[in-house]
Amino acid sequence: MTKQIVEMMVNGETREVMVEPRELLIYVLREQLRLTGPHVGCETSHCGACTVEINGKSVKSCTMFAVQAQGAEITTIEGLGSPDGLHVLQESFKEHHGLQCGYCTPGMITRAHRLLQENPNPTEEEVRFGMAGNICRCTGYQNIVKSILAAAAEINSASEAAQ
Amino acid sequence: MIPPSFEYHRPTDVAGALAVLAEHGDDARVLAGGHSLIPMMKLRMADVPHLIDLQDVAALKGIEIAGDQITIGAMTTQHELIASDALHAAAPIIREAALQIADPQVRYMGTIGGNVANGDPGNDMPGLMQCLDARFTLEGADGTRTVAARSFYEAAYMTDRDDEEILTHISFAAPRGGYAYEKQKRKIGDYATAACAALIEREGDKVASASVAMTNLSDIPVFSEAAAAALAGSACDDAAVKAAVAAALEDIDPTEDNRGPVEFKMHVAGIIISRAIQRAWSRA
Ligand SMILES: Cc1cc2nc3c(=O)[nH]c(=O)nc-3n(C[C@H](O)[C@H](O)[C@H](O)COP(=O)(O)OP(=O)(O)OC[C@H]3O[C@@H](n4cnc5c(N)ncnc54)[C@H](O)[C@@H]3O)c2cc1C
Ligand code: FES
Ligand code: FES
Repeated sequence: MTKQIVEMMVNGETREVMVEPRELLIYVLREQLRLTGPHVGCETSHCGACTVEINGKSVKSCTMFAVQAQGAEITTIEGLGSPDGLHVLQESFKEHHGLQCGYCTPGMITRAHRLLQENPNPTEEEVRFGMAGNICRCTGYQNIVKSILAAAAEINSASEAAQ
Repeated sequence: MIPPSFEYHRPTDVAGALAVLAEHGDDARVLAGGHSLIPMMKLRMADVPHLIDLQDVAALKGIEIAGDQITIGAMTTQHELIASDALHAAAPIIREAALQIADPQVRYMGTIGGNVANGDPGNDMPGLMQCLDARFTLEGADGTRTVAARSFYEAAYMTDRDDEEILTHISFAAPRGGYAYEKQKRKIGDYATAACAALIEREGDKVASASVAMTNLSDIPVFSEAAAAALAGSACDDAAVKAAVAAALEDIDPTEDNRGPVEFKMHVAGIIISRAIQRAWSRA
């Protein structure tokens, strides 16, 4: 099948890729754009390791064709922070042991970022419900929830201080 | 898990989508949120040489509330249903049910149209639509027609929709009285082992009218007229609830699968139906 050009805004930059319609977004991000933060955990829409943000939604990028993202704005974990400038959520996961092997972490943080955009001050129960699409085999979730609540508190106190 | 090759179409209006369907017939299928269809394509259980992405068809989106009539565009996502305060005020059972579908990521993408058109007995919206006595509007080359949700489902993955028709919207009257959508699942994000939607209107201390429907307990969603009849006129006391549950259980036909044997499903269904009725009554 002939390839077609897909143009999308990825982490603030316009990127063009040539893809077959059947290519899944996760592989295009990882293999063509070399954004290897989003992981492939299950490839069956269950684990959330491949979560990226697309037009303000948390999406499992293993369950979307890259052609569907034509014209879309995409944020991956690489767009949230960098090794020299960690995002508050990344700092918080590090501080509160929100990861062990780290495989689920990019999806967790990308999802948590969206969750806090929609609900800046969540309860523990709301964090658990809002993170239900992300599976972790290591941590038992306790410290992931703690990391997200701590990041929310930090973001909120920083924005209060700024006012 | 990569599906076989296909051609991708992205029309901007219903006419454009219908034209591709007319040209390719069986070889073409529409794509809504893709969260049922793409997994099937990846497993190569669905072969779709022409995929028609509906995301740019603005006419299929949105929620309209006019008086007590509610109309929802097929491409409205579960997330949008949940987020709409106006819809919640008019028909709170929708948010209650939508929040029990899958997980946040799936709800951002999955649409009400895809959920009802899919025909998977595990989908939650079809059962809810039976309970609400919703109508589905279909558009094809010969024009538009409306089908009652209660006569839309024929067998698993078989519906009254013609291959060359598109479901454009869903409409129903705002329900009155108490409501509940109860769902038993193995874990968060799972399809129902058993689920039940109930609506009950109260008059004084009696049930004026009721509607009871079930999900994933047969190869199609089940509306139980007998359960509603058992409740009508009663005080919704233990005896009436028991009679309604017994009537509803007569109407289902679960099969054994990885969610359990038939006996277990009947047991779970009984509890879920009873809880749905009692909660709807407590809110009536
Ligand atoms: C991990 C996971 C868990 C899930 N759990 C649940 C659950 O608990 N309950 C539940 O109900 N669902 C569940 N789902 C399914 C999910 O809700 C789907 O999104 C939904 O069933 C289909 O909606 P869609 O918009 O994604 O449709 P698609 O996958 O795009 O389409 C599904 C089918 O409907 C057809 N179709 C779509 N739109 C139209 C239209 N407008 N006109 C005609 N035909 C159309 C398509 O051609 C296709 O055959 C789950 C999915 C996943 C991945
Ligand atoms: S890899 Fe996409 S959900 Fe697991
Ligand atoms: S830290 Fe290992 S899977 Fe989550």
